[in-house]
Amino acid sequence: MALKLYGVPFSTCTSRVLGALYEKGLDFELVPVNLSVGEHKQPEFLAKNPFGVIPVLEDEDVNFFESRAVNHYVAHKYKDQGTDLIRHKNIKEAGLVGVWVEVESQTFNPAISPIIYQLYVKPLHGETPDHSVVEAAVEKLAKVLDVYEARLATSKYLAGDFFSLADLNHFPYTNYLMKTPHASVVNSRPHVKAWWEAISSRPALKKVADGMILSV
Amino acid sequence: MENSGVGGVYQYFWGYASESIQLACKYAYPTATAGCTLNEKGIEFEIVPVDLLKGEQKNPEFLKLQPFGVTPVIKEGDYTLYESRAIIRYYAEKYKSQGTDLLGKTLEEKGLVEQWLEVEAQNYNAPAYDLVVNLLFYPKLGIPVNADLVKESEEKLAKVLDVYEERLSKSKYLAGDFFSLADLSHLPFNHYLVNAIGKAYLIKDRKHVSAWWDDISNRPAWKKVLEL
Repeated sequence: MALKLYGVPFSTCTSRVLGALYEKGLDFELVPVNLSVGEHKQPEFLAKNPFGVIPVLEDEDVNFFESRAVNHYVAHKYKDQGTDLIRHKNIKEAGLVGVWVEVESQTFNPAISPIIYQLYVKPLHGETPDHSVVEAAVEKLAKVLDVYEARLATSKYLAGDFFSLADLNHFPYTNYLMKTPHASVVNSRPHVKAWWEAISSRPALKKVADGMILSV
Repeated sequence: MENSGVGGVYQYFWGYASESIQLACKYAYPTATAGCTLNEKGIEFEIVPVDLLKGEQKNPEFLKLQPFGVTPVIKEGDYTLYESRAIIRYYAEKYKSQGTDLLGKTLEEKGLVEQWLEVEAQNYNAPAYDLVVNLLFYPKLGIPVNADLVKESEEKLAKVLDVYEERLSKSKYLAGDFFSLADLSHLPFNHYLVNAIGKAYLIKDRKHVSAWWDDISNRPAWKKVLEL
């Protein structure tokens, strides 16, 4: 099999790449990495990703890490197959996809990831969530989503009236958020809520959600 | 052929008279990244100052351009882009047949450029930012320095740079044997580390990182940014 994805389906970052692979209708093999025994910190894995984190995409004899970079690679390599995630025929649309990919990376992710870390990851390690960190993060996320609400009032999806990598990259963390009481931060914003309903009902992303089995 | 003129790059401007703050404002790190990319491509642009201290970035007029109220923003006619890494990717692609090739030629090379640009965004940026903001800007603004965060950031950044050291022992630049956006995006914060906050050792004590820094910081496009 040409494409091998090293990771686990319940991981947010692995799920980000699964989303792209499913949207493109690509054949690939998911190779599990045993996080609980520290497989990702062993020399064999570090040779693939020296930062010792999942996922890694192996394409024949090359490999790539950083889920957003992997998605960019997949979206470009298979640009004529499946969903057009990067608007490669229109450089200005592509530019706007790039903007909202960065907004997710630099503004949305720092606000949402502490919530998911505290509520999902810490319990996996037998640790107690720090709810004051969660509350502070929810407040920060609310302000970010106010900007999204205004944007999505004039645009069906983030980069324009087309689904793109920008929307896809938001899926995994938001999916886990929506299973917590803090889903209200999305549900109380009508355009953000509608956007979430549109993207999460996509068959490819429903398939990703099936593997995201962690619960709070 | 599209009009190659870029209208304005909005950058933040501190407004203090002191020399080091003016130096900081002229190459505010994400604006410097955008400016450097345009220089590498030989594209002229105009800097439109945005006064951070007066809170101009939160004015309704500016928020129409950038709803998160941060700089830089690029305006090309009525087309607006923000987020420095989105800006540099756009111009690297738009002018790919002009000036320095910043994206790589093959799919594999492009993939590696994206990977190391993400490494910068996800691993290098946060600790470098926390160091620079605490050690360079907070003292000027009378905001107390968070010593624990400084220590933690330095340790984090050291670990990241260990990975870079290993990478650069096998490869002249981050994505391969060619300079790319991945290297360029490190210029501003590396510059601060080496020249402004007394953390030069992080770069200089690592043989390959140091050689890489000497190489990329001597590029004319970067030197031109420093003259702004």
